[in-house]
Amino acid sequence: MAAIYSLYIINNSGGLIFYKDYGSKGRMDTNDSLRVASLWHSMHAILQQLSPINGCSGIELLEADTFDLHCFQSLTGTKFFVVCETGTQHMEALLKVIYELYTDYVLKNPFYEMEMPIRCELFDINLTQAIQKDRVALLGR
Amino acid sequence: MIGTGKIKQYANVLDKPLGKGKQEVSLSAFAFLFSELVQYNQTQVDNISELETRLEDAGYAVGARVLELLCHRDKGNRRETRLLGILSFVHSTVWKVLFGKVADSLEKGTEHEDEYMISEKELLVNRFISIPKDMGTFHCGAFVAGIVKGVLENAGFPAVVTAHFVPVEGQQRPRTTILIKFAEEVLRREARLG
Repeated sequence: MAAIYSLYIINNSGGLIFYKDYGSKGRMDTNDSLRVASLWHSMHAILQQLSPINGCSGIELLEADTFDLHCFQSLTGTKFFVVCETGTQHMEALLKVIYELYTDYVLKNPFYEMEMPIRCELFDINLTQAIQKDRVALLGR
Repeated sequence: MIGTGKIKQYANVLDKPLGKGKQEVSLSAFAFLFSELVQYNQTQVDNISELETRLEDAGYAVGARVLELLCHRDKGNRRETRLLGILSFVHSTVWKVLFGKVADSLEKGTEHEDEYMISEKELLVNRFISIPKDMGTFHCGAFVAGIVKGVLENAGFPAVVTAHFVPVEGQQRPRTTILIKFAEEVLRREARLG
């Protein structure tokens, strides 16, 4: 059972730097994933301004009929969002873990250029492990 | 002198005892610093082997100083004269001080008399680094190879030291091997000493 459909990471200018799908439900071709990324970036920015509460930091959760979208924005504007099954628990914690993996295996890599697509082997390996662990934990609950 | 119960103020900084210092350093701080070192050198060179040479030179400077410090601090100013002695010094003491653990293994090369290998599952400096495919055989462990070279050469055992990836079956990530090739004179001297 795949609770997570896909994972996106976008840089602070709205460009997609990482996309991974888990299972056929989340699959999208490259162009569509780029569109979703820039769409989300703009929506996030607009809704931050529209919010009736002062000091709003942006959308954290979008609930729809067939999916949920959890978003985490770092202090630098890099956004991590995951599209998952409705009602999936503990996605914020998972996003925080992914953020930590990003800071470790992407930002400490001398061969990674800022704001560019992520092509780091260690990041992929550890991300797969983290998602796997999360999946196992979900089944266990 | 020791344990007087209050902190002694030293008039001259050179009179202060050479303490062990703080044993722990932030891994993240080191990783960022090392990443910056690699990035800076990348802008200064034209090709990969030059980059490796630069990292090795940086490590050499570290090795020379580490040798002096450890000889004074851990070995009571005794000098190693035998090959196996200096190799086990590098493998245990130097590794313990620099990386917090002894190296995984020390082996003698089977093909050549003058080759020795120190193996490590993953070097500390490489922990967060993923080499892009187009960089081929580049290894950031050249820095560590430089450290080993600095220690060996300044102890009187000139050698050529390089770092290599060795693929291991059943594991995704290859092991790292530091290959040490001693100069002729070292082997001759060792043979003479019996």
